[in-house]
Order: sequence, then structure tokens, then C-alpha cells
Amino acid sequence: MKDNKATKAVNNIDPALLESAKKVDRKKNKTALMVVLSVISIVYVLPVLAVLINAFKNNTYVKTDTFALPLNDMWAGFSNFEKGMTFGNYPFIDSVLNSLIITLLSTFLIVLCTSMAAWYIARVNSFLCKVIYFLCVFSMVVPFQMVMFTLSKTADTLKLNTPWTIPIVYLGFGAGLAIFMFVGFVKSIPIEIEEAAAIDGCGPIRTYFTIVFPMLRPTMISVGILEIMWIWNDYLLPYLVLDINKYRTIPIHIQYLKGSYGAVDLGASMALILMSIIPVIVFYLVCQKYIIKGVAAGAVKG
Amino acid sequence: MADNNTNQKTASQSEKKSETFFDKLRRIFGGQNASYTLKRPLRKWWLLFMGPVTAAFIIGFVWPFIQGIYLSFCNFRLVSDAEFIGFDNYAKAFSDQSFMRSFWYTGLFALTSLVIINVLAFAVALALTQNVRGSNLFRTVFFMPNLIGGIVLGYIWSMIFDGILSNFGTSILQNSTWGFWGLIILICWQQIGYMMIIYIAGLNAVPEDMLEAAKIDGATRWQTLWKVTIPNVMPSITICTFLSLTNGFKLFDQNLALTGGQPIVMQDGVAIKQTEMLALNIYSTFYGTNTAARGTAQAKAVIFFILVAAIGLAQLAYTRKKEVQQ
Repeated sequence: MKDNKATKAVNNIDPALLESAKKVDRKKNKTALMVVLSVISIVYVLPVLAVLINAFKNNTYVKTDTFALPLNDMWAGFSNFEKGMTFGNYPFIDSVLNSLIITLLSTFLIVLCTSMAAWYIARVNSFLCKVIYFLCVFSMVVPFQMVMFTLSKTADTLKLNTPWTIPIVYLGFGAGLAIFMFVGFVKSIPIEIEEAAAIDGCGPIRTYFTIVFPMLRPTMISVGILEIMWIWNDYLLPYLVLDINKYRTIPIHIQYLKGSYGAVDLGASMALILMSIIPVIVFYLVCQKYIIKGVAAGAVKG
Repeated sequence: MADNNTNQKTASQSEKKSETFFDKLRRIFGGQNASYTLKRPLRKWWLLFMGPVTAAFIIGFVWPFIQGIYLSFCNFRLVSDAEFIGFDNYAKAFSDQSFMRSFWYTGLFALTSLVIINVLAFAVALALTQNVRGSNLFRTVFFMPNLIGGIVLGYIWSMIFDGILSNFGTSILQNSTWGFWGLIILICWQQIGYMMIIYIAGLNAVPEDMLEAAKIDGATRWQTLWKVTIPNVMPSITICTFLSLTNGFKLFDQNLALTGGQPIVMQDGVAIKQTEMLALNIYSTFYGTNTAARGTAQAKAVIFFILVAAIGLAQLAYTRKKEVQQ
């Protein structure tokens, strides 16, 4: 309080001088803040750097000299990467392909089907629509462990255990958030545009693809990003549903290496982890704007 | 074409018949009811628009959910051999020491991570909204760990922790205290960036004139923070609190990859995994060597679901209340 009075007094005497003094003060504060944030950022990047270092290190040194640079006899060159490709009796490239197929196909299916359904739900709004909408919202609070056993059995009986068919399971289990976000958005766009099209003789399918679809694009990107982040990193669902001897995704593959800890070649594992992180980081740097927007949108609604 | 036309005619005629009295009134008084021009033709295509999602939703959620509830009252190894036994599974679940331990462990973990994540994320968000040079770069860095999956994260951090702890002749798998705090560090590293994004969105929405008014009235920075900024970002705080709470409760991948529940301690003749959380406990009950325990596992899963759903509903009720107040 005394301080306040003092500043007020100073304020009365010479506002211009005070202003400049404050500016200098603020600048100093900002520089200090920047330094602190830089230090934290470096600490934040360290784990990834540790992976990078150890990917080029001979196996025996990973555990003893985790934080040393791979110099002299620690340097393994690219041999870890070569080893990693066929590591765990499963070609790494196959798990990358499986992950890609599952993620892209599922995301495409979810975005297309749920946006169509959401438009129908928002516009028709019959009793059955309301029931389905309610169930979708409800499914968002159900943890996967609740349905994991029965879902994997059902998927097994229906032969949904390949990368080409598992997207149907993802469409079912992931529909909740997508429908919720799409319905919220459709309700906010004026119905008059679609009605004008309908009066002019435009059928529902054409109305959807030429009028609604373009308007939904921002939400589609948000939903798509959220689904990609979820499905690419998902471990338990594909692990339980897929035929594990034939098809592995990246997380499953890495968990398999981890399963036999100790006997495992740590250097080669780090090479694999590095190879699986790099595409994610590139994807992030390229689509950063959309990813952050999508996350903010999803969080506010979920 | 002609065929198509007559088809449409008969269809619209039959629909006219099914019109209720009120629909007729609406049509007479409101002229051509606008929403009907869209609704009618759309309804004919219900199979195309609703079919795929509904079918997948039944396969992927509705049916497994109903079956799951039913099986929690049954004794089963496969699904086909289920026999109804009533509430036995629930009694077994509650008397299972490992389950009760993981229950309290999960609660403690969720609360600890909730406090640390939110305080740090808010602080970082506050720092990044001060027009510091390079805030975009910092934001990019802080958010990055979110894109790396839980399994990979667990593997990375177990390497780091073991690299540190091996100097002291121990490992993260041997000491449950390290296991707990290791997982907290991991989860903070991953989720601070996520919560930070939500807080930044909230902070940017704080009305500029309010902050200015506070400044003119001579409020200190601390006062402005508590009396102006925080009340204005309350919605973000609510979202982040519940989000980190449910995330903490549902945590699975990171737990499995970092410690897998180790170390194991024998207690009254029962092996109890010291760092096992609820989701992992349910998983290992399902897919452990004792297949007779699957009924118990399903009952545990139902209890788990009720717990997580209760948190979700509490959030919904809380946000609703806030909306009314505003």
C-alpha cells in the first residue's frame, strides 16, 4: 500500500519520467522471463535429445552412460538402425505401414461418416436421432477398459482383426466425440442456406457435398487432428483386436521390445523410437496451427 | 424419369397422410414450412447418412457395453460359457487387496498430478501471454510431447530414469517411490503443454479493458491476477481440472510402459504390484494367468466406469451451473 501511495506521488510529479522508468523495468522483466522460458524449453527437449544420442550408441553403453555423447568406442553409427529394422522378429517397416493404414483409413471413415450422421441428427432431430446423440455423448465418458474384453471378442467374431477392417471398430468407439463436435457446429450454421438449396431442387446428397461439406471444413480438420493423434498412438485397442502375430502397429511393436527388457538391444530400440518420433514431430511442425486449434476446440467441447 | 416422378408423388402422398393435426396447422398458417423442405427428402436417405455410424456404433460400443454389464454378473472364461451368479464378482472385486490398493494409488496419483500440472501449466500460459519474444517457439516446444504416444513416452523415460538411478545402484522398477514420482514427471512433461494451450485460449479472452481498469485503479500485479485474471479464466480452469483428473484416472499406456506395476511386494500371501493403477489392474486381471477371474475383472471394469462417469457428470453439472450464473 505504501508503495502505491509513493508511486502515485511520483506520478503527480513527473509522469513522463515514471513512464520511461517503468518501460525499462518491464523490458528487464521480459528478458528475465525469456531466459527462464528458454531454460525450461531446453530441459523440455532433453528427453528427445537423449533418444537421439542413444540411437547412435553401442548397446552396452546405453544403460551406463545414458547422458554421454556417443563418441569414440561408444559410436555405433547407423548399425542400430539396421538392426532395428528386423528387431523383435517383425519387420519395423510393416508396423509403420500398418499404423499408417489404420490411422488414415479410420480418420477418413470417422470424419466422413460422423459428419454425415451429425448433419442428419441436427436437421432431422427425430426421437431416434436424439437417442443416438445421447448415446454418443454417453460413450465419451466410458473408459475403454469397460468394453475392452467384449469388444475384442465381438471384433474377433466379425473378423474385424485386420488393418483394413479395424477402422470399423474405431468408427464405432470413436464416434462419440466426433458426432458431438459436428452436431454442435451444424447447429450453429444457419439452416436457410440448405433450405434454399432444397427449394431449388437440390437433393440431400448434393446439398451435403456441395453446401454442408465445405462449411464443415474447419471442424473436420479439428476432428481429424484429434482422431489422428488418438489412433496413431493408441496401444490397447489394436493390441486386443488385431491378429497380433500378423499385424503390429508401432506402439505394439515397441511394447513388444520392452516386454523382454534386459535382454533387449537398447541401442536398437532407441533407433526404432527415434524413427517413430521423427514423422510425428515433422507432422506436428507442418500442421502446428491446425493441431493447436483442434486441441483447443476439442478440449472446450469435451 | 416418369417412373421416378410417380414414385416421389406416392411417397409424398403417403407422408401427407401421416401428418399430424399440428403439422397441418403449421403448414396452413406458416405457409410452406421451411424446415420441412429439407427434412422430408433428407429422411428418405436415412440409411446412407445414419447407417454406417449406427452399425459401427452398435458393434464398437453399444453391444460390447451391454454385454459387459451383463458379464459382470456372470462367471465366464470365454463369452459363450457365461453363467449368471449375481453380485459375487463385485464382492470379490471389493475384497481384492490389489484392486483396493490400485484404487487409492490411482486417486492419490490423479490428485497429485492434477495440482502440479494445472499450477505449472497456468504459470507457463501466463508467462507466454506477456508478449515475450519467441512465445510461439516456446509454445511449440511445450506442446510437442503430446504427440508422442504413451508407450513410447514410457520407454523414453524409463531409459532416462534408469540412466540416472543406475548411478545410485537402483532402478525405477525396484522402488515404488521412484515409480510414483517418475510417472508424475512423465505425465507432467506430457500434459502441461496440452493444458497450457487451453489456458492460453482462456487468458487471451480476458477483456483488455478490465485489466486496464485494474491498472488505473492501482492494483498490484498479484491483485490483478487473483481478482481479475483468475475469475475470468474460471471456465478454462474447470475444463483443465476435470481433464487432468479423468486423464489421471484413465492412465494406462504410460503406467504399463514405465513400470508395468513393479515392484511386486508380498502382502499376507498375496502378490501386490506397488505402482499398478486401476486401468492396469483391470487389464492384468482380465489377461492374467487366472482366467477364472475374468468375471471379477469385468465387475472391476464396471466399478471403474461408474467412477470415471461420475467425474464426467460432476463436470457437466458444474459447467451447467456456471453457465446459469453467467
